[in-house]
Amino acid sequence: MTKAVRFLSLADAIGECVRDGDTVAMEGFTHLIPFAAGHEVIRQGKRSLTLVRMTPDLIYDQLIGMGCARKLIFSWGGNPGVGSLHRLRDAVENGWPNPLEIEEHSHAGVAAAYAAGAAGLPLAVLRGYVGTDLPRVNSNIRFIDDPFTGERLAAIPSLRPDVSVIHAQRADRAGNVLLEGIVGVQKEAVLAAKRAVVTVEEIVPDLRPPSPNSVVLPRWTIDAIVEAPGGAKPSYAHGYYKRDNAFYAAWDAISRDRSTFLDWMRTHVLERGSESHAVQI
Amino acid sequence: MQSRSDYTPSEMMITAAARALKNDDVCFVGIGMPSAACNLARLTHAPDITLIYESGTIGTKPQVLPLSIGDPELCETALTTVSVPEMFAYWLQGGRFTVGFLGAAQIDRFGNINTTIIGPYERPKVRLPGGGGAPEIASSCREVFVIVSQTQRSFVPRVEFITSFGFGNGGDHRQRLGLSTLGPSLVVTDLCLMRPDAETKEFVVTSIHAGVTRDDITARTGWPVRFSGDVTQTPPPEADELRVLRDLIARSPRGGGTS
Repeated sequence: MTKAVRFLSLADAIGECVRDGDTVAMEGFTHLIPFAAGHEVIRQGKRSLTLVRMTPDLIYDQLIGMGCARKLIFSWGGNPGVGSLHRLRDAVENGWPNPLEIEEHSHAGVAAAYAAGAAGLPLAVLRGYVGTDLPRVNSNIRFIDDPFTGERLAAIPSLRPDVSVIHAQRADRAGNVLLEGIVGVQKEAVLAAKRAVVTVEEIVPDLRPPSPNSVVLPRWTIDAIVEAPGGAKPSYAHGYYKRDNAFYAAWDAISRDRSTFLDWMRTHVLERGSESHAVQI
Repeated sequence: MQSRSDYTPSEMMITAAARALKNDDVCFVGIGMPSAACNLARLTHAPDITLIYESGTIGTKPQVLPLSIGDPELCETALTTVSVPEMFAYWLQGGRFTVGFLGAAQIDRFGNINTTIIGPYERPKVRLPGGGGAPEIASSCREVFVIVSQTQRSFVPRVEFITSFGFGNGGDHRQRLGLSTLGPSLVVTDLCLMRPDAETKEFVVTSIHAGVTRDDITARTGWPVRFSGDVTQTPPPEADELRVLRDLIARSPRGGGTS
């Protein structure tokens, strides 16, 4: 299926592509996490989302704490190198601000489920979850016998989000997108989704010679491109700015208390316009 | 030879863990203390070791310990960086790792690890981060080393939730599940080294760190821990090991998550 990519404002891209009740994947493995887009989802007050992400990270801690999520599909829910995601924990342990259903996997499982979604398959098959208690608490992890060798393998439904949102280094004026560095699972997330929104650091005349491990997504795989410099902060954009490790550490105290969290979100997200992409501490 | 006042229990633990790695190992590196141990090995006796983090960075040689598994330092110093689906499918599931190096919130006498939940799953007392890469690291790497500070709370008779399978109920449980890898072969703590009994697969103390007593270990283990018949004393950190480790932690953001 080819798409007609459009260059939109952040408000229009999120407004048109993310709908209440959608299954939404905002990916980026530590690197290129689409914070600006996540904040716009919060500002627009989207509700009842099923959020998918391998590592929920601060971006989903914020969305969950602001009441956007009904369900979370994930594989590792911590603040990397720091500790807990307190808003995620408060939702799971105490149902605040609303109960959160969780569907929990391993990284290998979620990665395989995205790849299967990109490949148009109904399920992913992997040699995984053996001996773990995850299948006991997640009915979407089952086991099948390989018809050729008889080997018992794990099967999980493929991931096919209604919309995937990623942040990339740059797009050219035709709408082709390039990301490089740690490329994570973004190509699979975009190709698996019905709709794809990409925020970028800059729009350039051409993509320039790509680095050896760059990923290029052709313009006809994307619905909307938004120029959002700094849009991955406080995560990082390889070649543009560094990861704000101090903010990841500071988030522990900000997010631990409900009212401190709400104050921070009001000042740094709700009361700021969608044009201010890079949130400053 | 260092005297016990010259280093901390944490430094002893990381040094002992580093020594378990070989120059020709291909190692799947967990964040925090595993990462410190793996890079100490690379900067001392194992300069050619291949370190791989789950962000897809293969053969990485970070000059500072990363705070997260996806820090730019890992990509900038890597031989190559692959996507996350490729990392788990071709490299981990493909059976290319000799060692997986994991941390743990809770570990039991058969080396099963819980990083998921304390209390009932539906009504958790504490929601921990979850499995991440660990469930398949534990099943697909040829063997697994675990580094974890030893307390009554972390060393339990039976984990409440198996996030990463060790030897299950012991004995031949791995083989019965069709796992062909060795499983956890070494647990390194701030008190001692433990290895699985050849038959029962219960972890027993095989080496005691300098200045630690058997009573110390018994008091900080949640099951009636046994000692190997030929238990040895762990050599203390050498001066150059301490120097390299301290330099590494001092130049890393937040000590690379080791504190």
